[in-house]
Amino acid sequence: MNRRDIVSLTCKELVELVTEYRCDALGPADRATFEQHLFGCTWCMTYLKQMDRAIELTGQLQQPVKSTPDDPGKLAALFRGWRDGAGRKRS
Amino acid sequence: MWVKNEALAEEVVQETWLTMLESLDRFEGRSTLKTWLCGILVNVARARMRKEGHSVPLSSLGEPEEGTVDPGRFSAPGVPWEGHWWPPPNPFPESPEAHVLNRELRADLEEAIGKLPAAQREVIVLQDVEGFRCEEVSEILGLTSANERVLLHRARAKVRAALERHYDKGSAS
Repeated sequence: MNRRDIVSLTCKELVELVTEYRCDALGPADRATFEQHLFGCTWCMTYLKQMDRAIELTGQLQQPVKSTPDDPGKLAALFRGWRDGAGRKRS
Repeated sequence: MWVKNEALAEEVVQETWLTMLESLDRFEGRSTLKTWLCGILVNVARARMRKEGHSVPLSSLGEPEEGTVDPGRFSAPGVPWEGHWWPPPNPFPESPEAHVLNRELRADLEEAIGKLPAAQREVIVLQDVEGFRCEEVSEILGLTSANERVLLHRARAKVRAALERHYDKGSAS
């Protein structure tokens, strides 16, 4: 790839398109321009990998749902109250 | 994400179930029950926060932002290779451990997400933490998919920057 190909999209412009790229939201022409730059530019590839790592690690932030033995009982009581009262009394 | 403690979160969940029971006959099956329920949850939580005097994110994109990467990371206008990386980004470590959250990394990422504007935080938590798909997040939050992606992009870019600072800090010490 020569410089002219890479220059049709600057690195500064490319970094703003990575989420569209990852969400498959770029049109075919934009996607082609994006990939032409990306595959010829180690630094933008580094940036894309950094974004992918951020997504990967963010996915590990999810906390296990804490459920105490009492929860199902509470929910059932809530339901019974709702059924018997034929709905909630609106305050 | 929306409320400040577990007791409050529990109340929001209860309120959500009651609201769902009451409006189940209005569920039209255009979305999955899961996204519909999450949409109710978001509204209940936002209403609760409003009542407690906290600001609630608007569905709008908020303030227009400049680029999501520090402009100082690219060659300035007027020089050759204007708009291209300089200084270039350093690759993140590739060791197996670098793909797993440790305590420090978790603290840094949680801090970065905690500091995001609420609208960006909602989107990144639903999509990247809870694993909903783009379309589901748009539906739950009542955003167009284009706006959802803008918010997601800004949020992810800030988390990436926090990760970069984390690794810079590590290599400096």
